[in-house]
Amino acid sequence: MSELSEHVVSPKTNVAVWLVLLVLTGVTTSIAFIDLGPLNTIVALVIATCKALLVVLVFMHVKYASDKLVKVVVISAVFFLLLLLGLSLADYSTRML
Amino acid sequence: MPDSPIAVAHPRPELKHHFADMAQQREASSLGMWLFLATEIMFFGGMFCAYLIYRLWYFPEFAAASNSLDITLGTVNTAVLICSSLTVVLAVRAAQIGRRQAQVIYLALTLVLGLAFLGIKAVEWTSKFKEHHIPGPTFHFEGTVPNHPGQPVDQQHAQIFFSLYFAMTGMHALHMIIGVGIFSYLLYYAWKGRYTPEYHTPLENSGLYWHFVDIVWIYLFPLLYLIDRKK
Repeated sequence: MSELSEHVVSPKTNVAVWLVLLVLTGVTTSIAFIDLGPLNTIVALVIATCKALLVVLVFMHVKYASDKLVKVVVISAVFFLLLLLGLSLADYSTRML
Repeated sequence: MPDSPIAVAHPRPELKHHFADMAQQREASSLGMWLFLATEIMFFGGMFCAYLIYRLWYFPEFAAASNSLDITLGTVNTAVLICSSLTVVLAVRAAQIGRRQAQVIYLALTLVLGLAFLGIKAVEWTSKFKEHHIPGPTFHFEGTVPNHPGQPVDQQHAQIFFSLYFAMTGMHALHMIIGVGIFSYLLYYAWKGRYTPEYHTPLENSGLYWHFVDIVWIYLFPLLYLIDRKK
């Protein structure tokens, strides 16, 4: 294995991701002014998650990581975060106080 | 032991003796950085969890208080951070392909964008201070419950929104300040030509940190600014 085996992302890919991130920022702000009922929050969070995924996969090179251990750490960190948020909300959102 | 045969046989000063080659060293440091970011995810996760529970309980106050934030400055700041993430990626790439001058330019641009973000944040906080929206004895929020004109919001509940707002944006800003410090260091050593295609681990790992801080803001922006903007 060569010592220079690191994946180098092309400027084209980086700039494309950057443009998509900027467009999604504009979209999320504009959609917030349209009344979608409870969907407003869901749409905002879905857009934020798409942006976060783009940053993690391309900018943070997780998509190109040769080391599977890095992917395991990323997925398990997100899993435990969702466990924290999911179980807390499962409790608080079903209480009849 | 400088005169040991192993130390002499090493072709690169950057390669620490307990690693077999540069690729293994790079993978190990990247894994370590990701483990640190995992702890950071849980650190911010606790605040996000508190935010979600209180938002569930006090939604009308959260909506009214959120509408008092400056959505233009918030959107501009999101764009500023996204641009800084691009310059970080390009700086890392410049190191990977061995371009010192490009590294220095992109790192300097990252610093400018990071400081611009903090400057805009300072403007926002100053106006919150003037409006008495800082939690404490002088706190006063004059908003009304959305869709119920004339019904004033509960001051305590609005104060909880602003406590979370300042805790979360404050912690995020602290991470940005640390990031600006780290990138000033990187800029100096990039200018000195320390980062080469073979060795640029500090640049790579600091980049991961910067992108993580960007992702935190990507979630903070809709959760704090866009709760109930619909007309």
